[in-house]
This record gives sequence, C-alpha cells and structure tokens, in this order.
Amino acid sequence: MEYAIVFLPLLGSIISGFFGNKIGNRYSQLLTSFFVSISAILSLFIFYKTLGGGYSSNKLVFSWITSGNFNVNWSIYVDPLTSVMLVVVSFISALIHFYSIGYMSHDPHQSRFMSYLSLFTFAMLTLVTADNFLQLFFGWEGVGLCSYLLIGFWFKKPTANSAAIKAFLVNRIGDFGFAIGIFLIFLFYGSINYNEVFALTPLLAQKEIFILGLEFNLITLICLMLFIGAMGKSAQIFLHTWLPDAMEGPTPVSALIHAATMVTAGVFLVVRCSPIFEYSQIALNTVTIVGLSTAFFAATVALVQNDIKKIVAYSTCSQLGYMFFAAGIGAYNVAIFHLFTHAFFKALLFLGSGCVIHSFNDEQDIRCMGGVWKKIPYTYGLMIIGTLALTGFPFLSGYYSKDAIIELAYLRGTTISYYVAGIGIFIAFLTAIYSWRLIFKTFHGKYNNEKNSFSSIHESPMVMLVPAMILAVGAIFVGFFFKEIFVSHGELDFWSSSILFLNPIHHEHIPMWLLLFTPILVILAIPFSYYLFIKNKKILKNIILKHNKIYNFLLNKWYFDELYDFLIVVPLKKLGLFLWKKGDINIIDRYGPDGISNLIKIISDKAVKFQSGYLYHYAFVMLIGLSVFLTVLIIY
Amino acid sequence: MINEIGLSHYLILAAIIFSIGIIGIFLNRKNVIVILMCIELILLSVNINLVSFSIFLQNLVGQVFSMFVLTVAAAEAAIGLAIIVVYYKNKGSIDVDQINSMKG
Repeated sequence: MEYAIVFLPLLGSIISGFFGNKIGNRYSQLLTSFFVSISAILSLFIFYKTLGGGYSSNKLVFSWITSGNFNVNWSIYVDPLTSVMLVVVSFISALIHFYSIGYMSHDPHQSRFMSYLSLFTFAMLTLVTADNFLQLFFGWEGVGLCSYLLIGFWFKKPTANSAAIKAFLVNRIGDFGFAIGIFLIFLFYGSINYNEVFALTPLLAQKEIFILGLEFNLITLICLMLFIGAMGKSAQIFLHTWLPDAMEGPTPVSALIHAATMVTAGVFLVVRCSPIFEYSQIALNTVTIVGLSTAFFAATVALVQNDIKKIVAYSTCSQLGYMFFAAGIGAYNVAIFHLFTHAFFKALLFLGSGCVIHSFNDEQDIRCMGGVWKKIPYTYGLMIIGTLALTGFPFLSGYYSKDAIIELAYLRGTTISYYVAGIGIFIAFLTAIYSWRLIFKTFHGKYNNEKNSFSSIHESPMVMLVPAMILAVGAIFVGFFFKEIFVSHGELDFWSSSILFLNPIHHEHIPMWLLLFTPILVILAIPFSYYLFIKNKKILKNIILKHNKIYNFLLNKWYFDELYDFLIVVPLKKLGLFLWKKGDINIIDRYGPDGISNLIKIISDKAVKFQSGYLYHYAFVMLIGLSVFLTVLIIY
Repeated sequence: MINEIGLSHYLILAAIIFSIGIIGIFLNRKNVIVILMCIELILLSVNINLVSFSIFLQNLVGQVFSMFVLTVAAAEAAIGLAIIVVYYKNKGSIDVDQINSMKG
C-alpha cells in the first residue's frame, strides 16, 4: 500500500510525460488524476490507521548507498507526522490534478503539465516518507526541480523564465545550508538515518566544535544550517523573494506547490528534526524570530499589493511564518496543525483566484475588477469561505490552528513567547484586513474592467469548481474535526515518537480575554475593511497621500529585490562580466586555444610560401635532400 | 693501355647521361615531354651502369635486371604520355611553367 502511494504518481508522470503524445491529452489527464487519486485514498487509509496512535512502519524499497559503515536506504517511513503530510500532499494534489483539467484546457502542452504535477507529487511524497536525510534531500531537490519546471511552464513568457531561474537560485542558497547541515550530521554522528541521529543527539548536546577559531555548539550549528535550508524552501524573510515571482506559473501550480505543499517542506523539516532542535534554544529562538519577522513583513506587504495572486502569495509567506514561530516556541504539533488547515484554505484561495482570473480572461489586477459577486456566485462563495478560514473566523479551520498558536505562545510564558503572542494577534488583524481588501476589491464596488464587458464575465466550469468545493468543505471542517487529535491534551498520544517535546507546554487555564480577543478583532476587521475599501475610499486616499513613503515602501516589498540587486546581483554581474571579458576572452582564450591556433596559422602561412607548385622545385629539393643524406652517410 | 676502354669510361658516360637527365629536369622550362625524356635518360644511364657492372663482374643478373628496367621504362613512358594527353585536353597547355596547381 505504501509503495502504491509513493510510486503511482511517478508511474503516471512517466506515462504521460514520455507517451503523452501517443495517448493524447485527455487520457494523460485522466490517468495521472486517477493514479494520484488512488494514492490520496490510500493515504487517507494510512492516516486513519495512525489515528489510533502509535502506528509506524518502515518499508524498505532498496538499499541505496552502502559504503563502509555509511548505509542509506531508500525506504518508505510512515509515522503520524508522515501520515499527516501524506494526506495533505496526495489529497490536495489529486484535487489540483482535476482542477488543472479545466484550468489548462486551452493549453497546448497539457500532458507535459500533468506529468510535471505528478512528478512533483512523487518527489514530495519521497520527501515526507524519507527515513534518512539523504532521501529527504533527494525529495527536497526533486520538488525544487518540479517547482522550477512548473513556474517556467509557459516558457515563452520571459518573466516566467526569469521567475523560474530566480526560484531555483534562491533555493540553492537554502539548499547549500541544508547540505552543510547534513554533512555536519554525518561527520559527527557517523550516520544520517533519523533513528540513529535522533538517538545520539542527547549525547552530543554539549559538544562544542571550533571553526576558524570560533567556538560553536554542534547542535546549534546543525540546526541553524538545516533551518537555512528550510528558510529557502519555505520562503522565509531574506530568502522569500522567489515566492511572489513564482506566481508567474499557472495557478494550479501556485495552489499546489507554492501554497499547500512544497513551501511547507521547510516546516516539515523543522518538525521532523524536533529531536535535534529541542536541544538548542538558540536555534529555536532563531526559528521563532525569523518566522515572526516573515509573518509580519509579508502581512504588511500584502496590504498594498494589487495583483490577486501576489496578495495570496504574500499571505502564504505570512502563514508560513506563523508555522515557523509555532515550531520555534516548541508547539510543533500546532505548527503541523496550521500546515494542515492552511493547505486546505490556501489551496482553496488559490483555486478561487484561479477561477476569478479565468472569469476575467486572465486579468490579475484587483483594481480592474469589482462588482461581480452576483455574476460568479460560486467563485464568490468559495473565496469567502477561504478568506473566513484564513482570517481565523470562529469555528472555521483557520480559527482553531491560528488561535492555538497564539494561545500556546502565551502559555509558553517566556519573554519571547509573550512577544510572539502579541505580534501574532496583530498579524492576524493585518491578515484579516488584506484578505477582506482582496474580497471587496475583487467582488464588490464598481465594475471597472475595460478589457472585458460586464456580460462576458462567466462562471468557471464544474471541473474547476468541484475540487474547490471539496477544499471548501475541508477549509470549514478540518479544524473542528482534527483539533482534538492534533493539539488537544491527548496530543502526545497521537504524535507518539514522531515529535519530541523536551518541555511540553502545559495546558493551564487560558484567560478568557485571550480566547475572545483574536476572534473579535478578526470579526471587527470585516466591517472595518468594508468601510475602508468600499464605503469611504477618501480616508484611504488621504492615508496614502500622507504616508506616501511608507506606502511605496510596502508597495515595493520593503525594497528587498532592489536591495538584493544592489548588493548581490549587480556586483556579481559586474564580476561575471569582468571574468568573462577580461579573464576569459583577454587572457585564457588569447593565450590558450586562440593563441595556439593563431600561432599555427602564422607558421603554416610561412610554410605555404615554400610550396611553389612547380614540379622541378620539388624534384630539386628531393635531389638536394638525397645528396645531403648520402654525403652525411658517406662521411660519417 | 691508356686507350683501352674500361669500366671507368662506361661509368663516366653513365654519370654524364644521368647528370644531363637531372639537369634537364631542372632547367627545362618548355614542356613536360622533355621531362619525360629526361627521366628516360636517367633510366638509360642506370641501365648502362647495370650492364657494365654485369660484364665487369661476369654476372648476368645485371643484364637481366636492365631488361626489366627497360620494360618498366616503356610502361612508364606510355602512362606518362597518356597523362600528358589527358592533361593537355583539360588545361590546353603542357608548359612546365604553367603547371603549378600544387602551389600553396
């Protein structure tokens, strides 16, 4: 069963990728969707098995590397944490496969698209089912590759190509840190299998190592390196710049890869490595601070963006920040819970945005929308549900997970965690405002799209709406149904050995005001943003005029891209040009290959003059040569 | 026996004919047939050498060998003339000075 879950998507990908031309678009769509659906159903079954608690299995696929005492297996490791990820990945992937049938219906390369999607699913499943760091790294790079391929899927668009390369390059930085982390683990543990590494960690907790004369705690260093990898993949601040650009890809890709699954791999890594992270308070604090900064940064940027997908992308970034600081304060289970619910409502929001874009004939700017909520009621309803769930409206899924993060931060009781709780509430408020801004600008107010007439706005086909509806059901109910299992007092039973809590957070009495504060704030944000964005736009205009600098600062995403251009891209480009023009062409080529070939040409030009073409010259030279030869022979 | 004709006279004659042949190849600026004739001269001088040594050493092999050389020379002359005919057909000239298509 485990084998089928992981390898069916690969099979589908191979068939539709290599034989897509032969079997046709329709069959490759059906085939890949069917295989991934089976895999999703089997994952649900495994998840059901783990609900009982304590279930774990490790199925060997084959022995990958055996070199001395270094053993790496290719295996399918299932424990509660994996089973949650399995469900998220395969279930959402299956829905998005179906959605893509509708969304990509006008595209000439549908079987290639489906093949990439399935390949991505396979890579993500190997990532979550790894039982060692190397297989994890394989999946990690696999999803990176598929992300690259899918962002640049519309390869005729230059922006899509540069976005794909940007995503790949920024991820390289993270992967570099990740690889160093794995090297360090192998160097000091002598193994990279989870169970051995996690068992040895307590023994190495106090070990100090020296690098360049500086003293580091080994565990802290390893954690920080692994976390750099997680930052790259999960688009945390400083390495986040690729995620908004990745929205150049098709919307189903944004939903699957850049919202629900791949970007959460970083969170998964931190949670999976909780037995290591728990031994380093510095690393945990770093995770918290980076997560918090990202959540705050992305939320402020999302407030002013105008591209519907960019808003949702920054919102993803912000929610990933939530997950990280949840993990950072030691509430790994809540981080995974938020990952779980977030996958549903964020995928829903992306699919909804896809429907909106589809309805407006590829218009993405929310300033060119508005007033269409009666024309596309299903899309509108789906977006409302997604937004309610995202903002944490009471009793929808986001409410349970997000409030759990804030409450646990409060309960943790350290200075940093109080700080986290406060900022968390503030970010939740910001989240509500930008989400409702998106809804109001898109669906309410005046219709102001000049390219498409009002009557041409149309509802998306059922094949797109139904997957979104299933996600909507998930977005409403998963929080309610699974909160007992994921976060309640019985938490340690479900997670059993897959997450280590060195100092579990005690569920004491939570003050009533805290329980009520966030939901009330979030609900109040609805009329507040309605007033701000629909009723009285003058206030907003005044604010923008008065604080133009801040507005531009946010609109330009805190000038991160410009900063990187200035600090890294331009100097590197100059260096590259210098090495190319001066180093390569002027020195190496000039004295190397070009120089030698020129020299040979000059010599042969001279030698050519010797060849007069007259027969008697040749004969004469032969005679002279023969005479000289004979003379020499006779004399000596 | 100053006036008696000996081996050295034959060898000198052969050397003179050989030199005439060689110099003919170099100094000839007219046409290719002269070159062909010069080659014949060279071969003949070699024949004279062979025959005179054969007599001097009382060994018939030299004379037999000279018969072979004559045969080969005849064949070579035939082929050479054929080449010249074809060449003339193609280029319209067999002037040695104009045959320099091997010039680099």
